[in-house]
Amino acid sequence: MKFTSVLAAGTAAVLALGLTACGSGDEGGGGGGGGDDVTITMLPKNLGNPYFEASTAGAEEAAEELGATVEEVGPDAASPDAQVPFINTAAQQGVSALVVSANDPTAIGDALEEARSAGTKVVTFDSDTEPQFRDLFVNQASAEGIADKQLELISDQIGGEGEIAILSASANATNQNAWIALMEEKLASDYPDIELVETAYGDDDDQTSFDKTAALLQSHPDLKGIVSPTTVGIAAAARYVSTSEYKGKVAVTGLGTPNQMREYVEDGTVEAFALWNPNDLGYLATQAAAALAAGDITGEEGDTFEAGRLGEFTVGADGEVLLGEPYVFDKSNIADFDF
Amino acid sequence: MRTHARPWWQRALLTREMLTILILVVAWVVASAAVQGFDGPLTITYLVLDVAPVLLIALPMTLIIATGEIDLSVASVVGLSSVTFGLLHQAGLGLWVALLVSVLLGAVCGAVNGALVAYAGLPSLAVTIGSLALYRGLAVGLLGTTAVTGFPESWTDGATENLGESPYPVITLGLLLMIAVFAVVLHATPFGRDVLDIGRSSEAARFSGVDVKRTLLILFVLSGAVSALAGVYYTLRYGSARGDNATGMELQVVAAVLLGGVSIFGGRGAIHGVVAGVLLIGVLGSALRLEGVTVNVINIVIGSALVVSVVAPRIAGGLRVRRRSAAIAPHEPPRFAAGAHGDPDGGSAVGQGT
Repeated sequence: MKFTSVLAAGTAAVLALGLTACGSGDEGGGGGGGGDDVTITMLPKNLGNPYFEASTAGAEEAAEELGATVEEVGPDAASPDAQVPFINTAAQQGVSALVVSANDPTAIGDALEEARSAGTKVVTFDSDTEPQFRDLFVNQASAEGIADKQLELISDQIGGEGEIAILSASANATNQNAWIALMEEKLASDYPDIELVETAYGDDDDQTSFDKTAALLQSHPDLKGIVSPTTVGIAAAARYVSTSEYKGKVAVTGLGTPNQMREYVEDGTVEAFALWNPNDLGYLATQAAAALAAGDITGEEGDTFEAGRLGEFTVGADGEVLLGEPYVFDKSNIADFDF
Repeated sequence: MRTHARPWWQRALLTREMLTILILVVAWVVASAAVQGFDGPLTITYLVLDVAPVLLIALPMTLIIATGEIDLSVASVVGLSSVTFGLLHQAGLGLWVALLVSVLLGAVCGAVNGALVAYAGLPSLAVTIGSLALYRGLAVGLLGTTAVTGFPESWTDGATENLGESPYPVITLGLLLMIAVFAVVLHATPFGRDVLDIGRSSEAARFSGVDVKRTLLILFVLSGAVSALAGVYYTLRYGSARGDNATGMELQVVAAVLLGGVSIFGGRGAIHGVVAGVLLIGVLGSALRLEGVTVNVINIVIGSALVVSVVAPRIAGGLRVRRRSAAIAPHEPPRFAAGAHGDPDGGSAVGQGT
């Protein structure tokens, strides 16, 4: 029994030491309510995701320029219940601002409201909550911007005329359908020589998208380009085209990620595609958070703030700040990105 | 039972449960002093809200582990119950009906586990690892990657709001009631005595008239029903019914139960120790998060604590047995020297597992 007691004391001591060690080792990160320093907590959907690693790098860059401290925390799986404890922690610490990519538009709402009532400003980026739960949403791209950029890309790549097809996700994907509707409008008004011959649905499934690409090329022998506004679709279409007779003849573009598209850009299947730059997104969200924390803006429509290297931004309707036009990736810059 | 040389109050203070409580107090004091932001009313509120589902599930889990069995499907039942509750709400049923159906479904899940363990005689580890995958698969399959939201505020507020101006959430009352019920069942009823008897030796318990199969079945049904109740709470707390809710929570539950001094080999355990174990994990998580420690490190700390809590009494027991047997019969292998005494300090881990 004596030995157990010794062991017990030992265990307690180790646990206690562990806590103390953490306590003394990290004074800067904790931050304190009421201090003058701007402390920002960066809460991505999950950790270990290259996309969010890029946005956190942007956040750190902004924080350094502003003299603020930014701390990245987050769950290892992208679920809303796993995000809530980190939001609670930010409220307990009384950080100046919380920058969060929401795993659910409503599930983290209560926790965000509590953090805001504790004086923390809340900025969502990448993935929004319902507007009443946050001060600002930094939107990566508008539907118009996405539609315009994709048409611009495909028009450039096919020389401004000919047949094109769209490879979408599922037939009832809200954002996809909104973009496609806008593209159809714009095609009719601004691109009279380009004809949209078919919209196919790959259900955001790699194999289905691959098969639909094959079917599109079979049934439309004069097809000059495929636009796929979904990262699964564009990668599957590029994979099919890269190993087929159509390589170099049929253009593939749309919304993709650099890591998925790298080999197709390097082998010439894909000339250029679009998405947004997550680094800029994290940078802008942090600038916006700091402007809120400093009281420079309140999140009202029409508020303007200076965002370092990205220039001046204006808060739009529903507290939205738009990053800008989609970012184009091609052979010249794809090596700079890893997400 | 051997006769004890120490007075009762010393025995009470030197139990495994008191050790966990001591570590909890130390952790709390250290965190309050050294961790910025820990020493506030929000900490208590969040702590109770966060540990509530783990605490609920740990109560029946204590009884199951005390029999020497385990239920690893609990977190999947949380997910399945969350989805069921959400879908029934979406279908327009009243929330009380949805709650009742969800809890009943949880009980059925538990009954399936229990029947396979008790009546088919399969090892609970294998059965509940299987149903862990099965129930989670059903939960995710039913809702896909979507979520049901839009629960009435009167219900979601009830899951998170505080008692008046105090830092304690309303659900604290429910938790205290459940703790009391399970403490009475385990420590003051013939059923509780049967549970511990089964854990010491299932054979011996059967010969002395305990209906082992029925007892096990009841425990697994209880575990399923309480996990489902935790699932409804979880859904309301986050206002979102999802198939992946509470993924991996079984680890926290089992860790808390073992940290609380329940022997993984069965035969001993007490509710107050388990409550301390649950709170200890909650406090460690809360303090480490405040320090900006990543979730992986938090998992390492909880995992290590779990391993230590299982290994320490085993080593301690082994060493004591070695010393004791060395004094009595130098050539006797220590393995067989320990009896199933149910030592209050956890030494009983050695020599069981028939």
